[in-house]
Amino acid sequence: MSAHRPRRRLAGRIARHVLLVASAAFALLPFVWMVSLSLKPPDEIFQPDFHLWPQSFHGVENYRVALTAAPMLRFLLNGAFVCAVIFALQLVICVPCAYALAKLRFRGRDTLFSAVLVGLLVPPQALAIPHFVLLYVFGLLDTYAALILPWIISAFGIFLLRQFFRSIPDEIIHAARLDGLGEFEIIWRIMMPMSAPALAAFGIFSVVAHWNDLFWPLIAVRSEEISTPALGILLFRDDEAGQFLGALMAGATIIVAPLLLAFLFAQRRFIDGLATTAMK
Amino acid sequence: MAEIELRGIEKRYGEVPVLKGVSLKIQDGEFLTLVGPSGCGKSTLLRIIAGLEDQDAGEVSVGGRTVDGARPKDRDVAMVFQSYALYPHLTVFDNIALPLRTRRLSFAQRLPLIGGLLPGRTGIEKTIRVEVEQAAAMLDVAHLLHRKPGQLSGGQRQRVALGRAMVRHPTVFLMDEPLSNLDAKLRVQMRAEITALHRRLGVTFVYVTHDQSEAMTMADRVAVVIGGELLQVGPPDELYRDPRDLKVAEMIGSPKINVVARGHWADDRPILSAALAPQTKHLAFRPEAAVLTTPTAGLPGGTVTDLENLGSDIFVHVALRDGSETVVIRTAPDEPRLSLGRAVGLKVDAARLLQFDEAGRRCGDIEQVAA
Repeated sequence: MSAHRPRRRLAGRIARHVLLVASAAFALLPFVWMVSLSLKPPDEIFQPDFHLWPQSFHGVENYRVALTAAPMLRFLLNGAFVCAVIFALQLVICVPCAYALAKLRFRGRDTLFSAVLVGLLVPPQALAIPHFVLLYVFGLLDTYAALILPWIISAFGIFLLRQFFRSIPDEIIHAARLDGLGEFEIIWRIMMPMSAPALAAFGIFSVVAHWNDLFWPLIAVRSEEISTPALGILLFRDDEAGQFLGALMAGATIIVAPLLLAFLFAQRRFIDGLATTAMK
Repeated sequence: MAEIELRGIEKRYGEVPVLKGVSLKIQDGEFLTLVGPSGCGKSTLLRIIAGLEDQDAGEVSVGGRTVDGARPKDRDVAMVFQSYALYPHLTVFDNIALPLRTRRLSFAQRLPLIGGLLPGRTGIEKTIRVEVEQAAAMLDVAHLLHRKPGQLSGGQRQRVALGRAMVRHPTVFLMDEPLSNLDAKLRVQMRAEITALHRRLGVTFVYVTHDQSEAMTMADRVAVVIGGELLQVGPPDELYRDPRDLKVAEMIGSPKINVVARGHWADDRPILSAALAPQTKHLAFRPEAAVLTTPTAGLPGGTVTDLENLGSDIFVHVALRDGSETVVIRTAPDEPRLSLGRAVGLKVDAARLLQFDEAGRRCGDIEQVAA
């Protein structure tokens, strides 16, 4: 009996890890493949036998094409600019809304919050046509504003932050009011620093969604100068796809890399933030 | 000067009335305790004084000035909360300095980065630093100024919360159960420190608690709030000796006052009948207002069911004859030891017997208790 136990436990542990490794591999495989393809010469890509590491290394050429054939740096900067402005404006709007919905008492608050929940259910694609028409009317199509404006009110952000703000005790806000802080100062000096983990989580969702978004930029933007990375990468496809598949994959790798790096960096801060938030 | 006057304060949450017309005058420099069971409205009353909630009817004035509608920061009151409500992301220094900074620095000077470059800020920061350090030294937290609240013990957080309240020299201190998160020993110590602070600052303290012993030991006057009504206000010993309402009598004093339905004493008429008022329904007496005797015909009596020995006193629980009610009698430890199950007689000091009518109001006193 006693000899069986550790072995059973070990077997269970191995089974668990096999399962985890299998699912992780499943999720990672496309990325591995992408990186692998980005290092191969065109003729090797379509060979029937598969090698993870290329037989003839073509990485330098692929990445050179990816970086020079299209203004890749420009796309990356566009992406960073658009994502940063979207997130900043989302905060400007979501944080006060979430504070009001979580902590202020006023008539119609619950109705408003229900409206936010309904907003969560509407898929963004459903609004693409009205947004397009609006931007056309205001003459903003094919500008940075067209990429940014439709996203600055995030029902998800309001919902997420409102839930987090509710967990902050009212007494802290009462104390702040007695200490002479106005409502906006309470938001800025008390609520935002105390909600750092929730803001970070929302930031990750927001930036990832808009960095990777292809659907909306495809509709709103034509000019190369303001293309975001996901849109820019299509330039490779527009040419003869087969010829440039390696470069296309290199471009995709370049686009994914900043997010991965940012996430690895943020993950640490994220956990730190969660660990040091003590309410009292 | 900061006397506080409440006139007919009413408050309801939806359909539920929380305060039903509370009027109270608190003298300048007084230590007044609001005591009552949880949910009686005492904290709501405190928040109304602070301006954190609006009353539905009635007026609040602080220092002779009606403050209804004035924002909390314009009322010159400070408050200490049950959870301390320190800002977790700021150091102890910044926590204490915040009320001074919001009052003395202009909006522009408070801005991050730019604020520090504006003229005048350095000088103001310097005086703030001095005052924060003074307050911290007074409360014995000067060595903790660089820490965050999360790294402090409960007692230290309590002191920091006091520091944040007193640093700007308010004329009124409001405290909402500030000691209830501390352990018993620390609580007794902090009681003494808060009363000492009150003597030193000489400003008005309004202190909310559900713990009658805190109310009795700390306050100049105690106001008993039960069910949204102010039942009685007076010095602690007056509430103890001369409660005007049965609920007040039961709230104040530990162990609780003994209350016996009048029917129980019907067969014991000889000692009491002469003095009872016709409307009297309940008889009450403190544990020290009766002595145990040998069972005597004509005297109330019962059997001993429990003994609580506190060293200085022994509280004897006596089940009355028909067993439906138990009274607690205080005896001195040097009296002959009783054993459980023993039959005893009970002799109540008629002068200290309190009578209450059906609604719980005091009635038909045998004689007014001597002061």
